[in-house]
Amino acid sequence: MPPVFGVLFDGLAYGMLLFLLSVGLSVTLGMMNFVNLAHCSFAMLGGYVTVTLMNAYGWPFFATLPVAFIAASLASVALERLIFRRFYNAGELEQCLLTIGVVFVSIAAAAYVYGTAIQPVQLPDYMRGSINYAGLNFAVYRIFLIGISLVITIALVFTIETTRFGAQVRAAVNNQRMARGLGINVDGLFALTFALGSGLAGLGGALAIEIVGLDPSFALTYLIYVLIVVSVGGLGSIAGSFAAAMVLGISDMAGKYYVPALGSILIYLVMMVLLMWRPSGLFGRR
Amino acid sequence: MTAATVAGPHQYMAEQMRWRWSEIAFWLATLLPFLVAPSYLVLANQVAITALFALSLDLILGFSGIVSLGHAAYFGVGAYAAGLASKWGWGEPLSGLLIAALAAGLLGYVTSFVIARFRHLALIMITLGLGLLLQEAANSASWLTGGFDGLQGIHTWSIFGEFHFDLYGYTAYGYSLSVLFLIFLIARRLIYSPFGLALRGIRENGQRMPAIGAATREHIRTIYTIAAIIAGVAGALLAETTETVSLEVLGFQRSADVLVMLILGGTGRLYGGLIGAAVYMVARDQFSGLNPQYWYFWIGLLLIAVVMILPNGILGGLSLLARRLKVPS
Amino acid sequence: MSENALAARGVNKSFGSLVVAADVEINLPQGVRYALIGPNGAGKTTLINLMTGMLRPDAGHIFLGDEDITALPPEQRVWRGLVRTFQINSLFPHLTALESVTLAVCERRRVARTWWRPLTAYRSEVDEAYEILSSLMLAPVSHRLTRELAYGQQRLLEIALALATRPKVLLLDEPAAGVPRDESQELFTAIAGLSRDITVLFIEHDMELVFRFASRVIVMVGGRVLVEGTPQEIASDPHVRAVYLGKATGKADHG
Repeated sequence: MPPVFGVLFDGLAYGMLLFLLSVGLSVTLGMMNFVNLAHCSFAMLGGYVTVTLMNAYGWPFFATLPVAFIAASLASVALERLIFRRFYNAGELEQCLLTIGVVFVSIAAAAYVYGTAIQPVQLPDYMRGSINYAGLNFAVYRIFLIGISLVITIALVFTIETTRFGAQVRAAVNNQRMARGLGINVDGLFALTFALGSGLAGLGGALAIEIVGLDPSFALTYLIYVLIVVSVGGLGSIAGSFAAAMVLGISDMAGKYYVPALGSILIYLVMMVLLMWRPSGLFGRR
Repeated sequence: MTAATVAGPHQYMAEQMRWRWSEIAFWLATLLPFLVAPSYLVLANQVAITALFALSLDLILGFSGIVSLGHAAYFGVGAYAAGLASKWGWGEPLSGLLIAALAAGLLGYVTSFVIARFRHLALIMITLGLGLLLQEAANSASWLTGGFDGLQGIHTWSIFGEFHFDLYGYTAYGYSLSVLFLIFLIARRLIYSPFGLALRGIRENGQRMPAIGAATREHIRTIYTIAAIIAGVAGALLAETTETVSLEVLGFQRSADVLVMLILGGTGRLYGGLIGAAVYMVARDQFSGLNPQYWYFWIGLLLIAVVMILPNGILGGLSLLARRLKVPS
Repeated sequence: MSENALAARGVNKSFGSLVVAADVEINLPQGVRYALIGPNGAGKTTLINLMTGMLRPDAGHIFLGDEDITALPPEQRVWRGLVRTFQINSLFPHLTALESVTLAVCERRRVARTWWRPLTAYRSEVDEAYEILSSLMLAPVSHRLTRELAYGQQRLLEIALALATRPKVLLLDEPAAGVPRDESQELFTAIAGLSRDITVLFIEHDMELVFRFASRVIVMVGGRVLVEGTPQEIASDPHVRAVYLGKATGKADHG
């Protein structure tokens, strides 16, 4: 098999990860128009929870994943209740500044507690190594990552399309005022969606450790990629986030493999071109 | 309210524009480092340069409402333009500023066509993307930019053959301060012109502007280009007075820092960027022993506090205080 | 066609399956006062957006006098004299009333691009702005910030902004909307005082205004023009009554 398939596979895995990290932000941005730049701080939290449970308490990797999800969810609920909710009607700039402040604080806190080195993590034996197929190596962990992401994606789509909760979310994203008028408790809905989205980010952060490494700068570095996915995909759109994450993941891998001298230039260019073509995102409204 | 005592619209307009004693005091105070703290002249020079950069951001952010996360692109281009000119043999400082202004202005003009077409999140992302793109490109083009190590071989000639740049910093600070003051005067004039009013209109309600016949995109392109030129000049000042240029001049860090300074001081007041820059850089100098991570911890808390308590920054807080003091209870 | 100050021909617009304008034909002769009425969601504001260029029609043309302006961007239509006000105040919160109107005057006179001369050098622009404010009884508050003005005063400022552009055709979108009874007198006076050189189309739900000022009424429902006629004809038209009877406005029964 030509190496392009290996690149596609890696790009797919990376894209799935980006999707998990981004989908929560896209939906909450689309629903409340609240620019939460601290989204990746929750991802980072999930990552550090996993690291702590595994390295300090000897937990198995899989057991830490639900805890990462829950920890990030709870943290987001606390922040939302205490600080964020007063700024739902504030301007974009204020929301940016407020949440950047949270990011800075979270990075410093992580550096204080864990230091700035990349966190080591020991995957279980059956997760390591790779499967050799048709001349190419496919990392077992990435297969797992793609698998679990697909499961989560299907669960998300199922929830959004078939459950009452999902219908309410779609209504609130589409037209908040109308949704309130119909009696939907938009504030409560948002709090729940925010918690779920942040939880997913936390899970993504835990899963990311093996692929991209975890250190305090994660909250800022991956914020940029997440913002690219969200703005290119379109606010409030799960399909958009998925498509954009795939495009981004594959372009990034392809760029790094075929033209490493370009570095990240390719993704920034792709983002800008796509945004200029569709300012509201590929699947965005307006 | 003084509505009853104001004679008429012209007097009112003139009253808005006249020089306040606090402004004069401010500019006199900028001369203090020469007299009372000559060991801090190097820091003062950095403050002046950063203040000029913050001023340029205020023109697009504070007055026109364009949120840019990549403004350092123009600062960096100006710095590299002046630095390269010097490295390649032309170290005359004043013409170096012109070269930087041209380079940054050209980039600003070209990008302004893109900037003027977008709003909200798309605009923020595009400015971020432009900054990151330039940073990556500069990193890759290490044959030109010196890569991680930066430009080597910059030597700035003396001004008019009289004022030499040395380690003491008198010339450097005098030079930067003069440029800052001159450009400030131009900016002040711009703010109180019809164009300045149009910019505030765009900030206040961009949707309404076409409905009163405003060519909004043209206005945005003009101010964005002007702001790019000023940022480029600030970058050139850095290159010339410190004789170093490294990749961080275009970095996201620099774009973010100047944004924080402007917010700290208060947007849309011309002096906000200057005061914010002074406070931020002096504080950073005082805490320079601190691990950079911890510095950003306090900056993070400060940002949260400013947004929650003092949304208009230091100057906003001061004017609130002034109003409270004036009204007898 | 040239006796019409403004005309819309065969204008169509849809958002997906939602049809907001269907084969709309409107003619506004020079100097008239017409009213556009209809239930909420009938497409009245959409029509104004289409006429002023904030929306592009899927089909059809807009004519200003003899000129086909369908492809022109909004600010160019304003330069040619087609101006609108907004149903929900769209003002400049932190500009004073005087600054707002002066801005509109400067834009009209194309001096808003000059950045090297201070505003104090533009005496005639400021004078003109002050005069407009005075004609709408806003002179005493000209130095107040827009956000500090009473709602009725803000509504008047909306009109002041429009007047500053020297309109030939003025589209007023519910000028009296939300104005309490005790503040509406100035508004009525202002509308009555509009020069006969200006052609006016106003959207209104307040039937008192419609009967006082309009010589002709156009009724829109569901993106279409239902019927057109004098206020008396419209008030007694059974179709119009049927459309309005479900709404809680008892004021529809006039004359």
